Amino acid sequence: MYPDDFYYTKDHEWIQVKGDKATVGITDFAQKQLGDVVYVELPEVGKKLEFHQSMGVVESVKAVSDVYSPVSGEVLEVNKGLNDSPELVNQDPHGKGWFIRLKVKDEAELEKLMSASEYEEFIEGIEE
Amino acid sequence: MIEFFGWEMPVEFSGVIDEHLAVRQKAGLFDVSHMGEIIISGRQALDFVQYLTPNDAARLTPEKAQYSCLTTPQGTFVDDLLVYCLGPEKYLLVVNCSNSDKDYEWILSHKKGFEVEVENKSDDYTQLALQGPRALEILKPLIDVNLEEMKAFGSNWGEIEGEEVLVSRTGYTGEDGFEVYTLSIRPEKIWDTILERGKEFGVVPVGLGARDTLRLEARLMLYGNDIDETTTLLEAGLGWLVKFEKGEFLGKGALLKQKEEGIKRRLVGFELIEKGIARQHYPVFVEGKKVSEVDSGTFSPYLKKSIGLTYLPVEYKEIGTEFEVGIRDKKVKARVVPTPFYKRGEKG
Repeated sequence: MYPDDFYYTKDHEWIQVKGDKATVGITDFAQKQLGDVVYVELPEVGKKLEFHQSMGVVESVKAVSDVYSPVSGEVLEVNKGLNDSPELVNQDPHGKGWFIRLKVKDEAELEKLMSASEYEEFIEGIEE
Repeated sequence: MIEFFGWEMPVEFSGVIDEHLAVRQKAGLFDVSHMGEIIISGRQALDFVQYLTPNDAARLTPEKAQYSCLTTPQGTFVDDLLVYCLGPEKYLLVVNCSNSDKDYEWILSHKKGFEVEVENKSDDYTQLALQGPRALEILKPLIDVNLEEMKAFGSNWGEIEGEEVLVSRTGYTGEDGFEVYTLSIRPEKIWDTILERGKEFGVVPVGLGARDTLRLEARLMLYGNDIDETTTLLEAGLGWLVKFEKGEFLGKGALLKQKEEGIKRRLVGFELIEKGIARQHYPVFVEGKKVSEVDSGTFSPYLKKSIGLTYLPVEYKEIGTEFEVGIRDKKVKARVVPTPFYKRGEKG
């Protein structure tokens, strides 16, 4: 369910790093909690995000939730597909439903995040 | 599941949008047993109901229910409700879950001088609602009542699975449909039977999430959001249910006065012109000045846009008037639109 090569945050974002570039989205657990996603607000390309800075907002029919940047970095690209098809966040949260691509500033910050198995344990604790 | 005024209730089963569209296109079954039921009986039951509510309860028969409310002397809402006539001297008020204790106390406090009995039966009744264009076909063979001939707001007694029920052609979704009340100790039999029979028609169980989006598209009031003890019936656009000619009732003087003087604000429907979702309590700005808050707001699954209700000063209530809703750090453009947002029969 949760890819081994991703890192995870307590706010239910995931980040996949390749070299100094990374892709960020929200987890399957997060999309299930939110329910039908109808609108995603993403940052401007070029924006410099701090560790755990709010980078956008995801709105479902039921609720609105902030999305935080898992690490510091510069926004290289945002997923324009979410404008017309926000439901991709529900359908494929770890794939086509990605939010942004980042240029990672400090790889050491990744150590503050959870691995797949740690995250699975973390959400099990929430579900109980 | 969420805690809703002491009831454990599902927000969604298959998803709010799925359930919402099922009700618009096929049928949905709701367990709304959280609603409160108060019975007023006795020689002066009708007089008392007439005094408590602004609609004309004299028009009720055991085959006809009505939408009304409990009014304060100021013409504001203690609650909104459905009134059923169970017999010549017996009336059932179906009230909001969150208000049933308050309503009961309110009714008791005005009982002096009336020969009536008041009972709070909220914990005894189960209430189910079957809503949607296929509701009639699903329920018809299950009950010994001629549902086809029942008009909107019609009601009658019958049996489903051997259990006695009160059924009415009412609901909170803007669709055709029925509400079923029972004192049965095995109400789950009725729930299961309807779901089983409705399977081939596409019936789905529906949670609180879609109940709210459905009622808002149909501009049906939610107590606590759109109406409360600070808003009058005329401001809410419910003047049509106030029957001034019927005799004395609580709030009559205040409502008459307001009718003559004119209201200063009016509940209007709006949609966002720009992206975003307007939600309850978001600030509303007219010409840059904060004038009110969003009372109800959601993403409309049927219309696929952000809709809501808010009280605007009357000079801005006209259809097409533009204003702004504060969403986080932005002001997003909105426009007054006709309501209900959704009317059944408009789809192809």
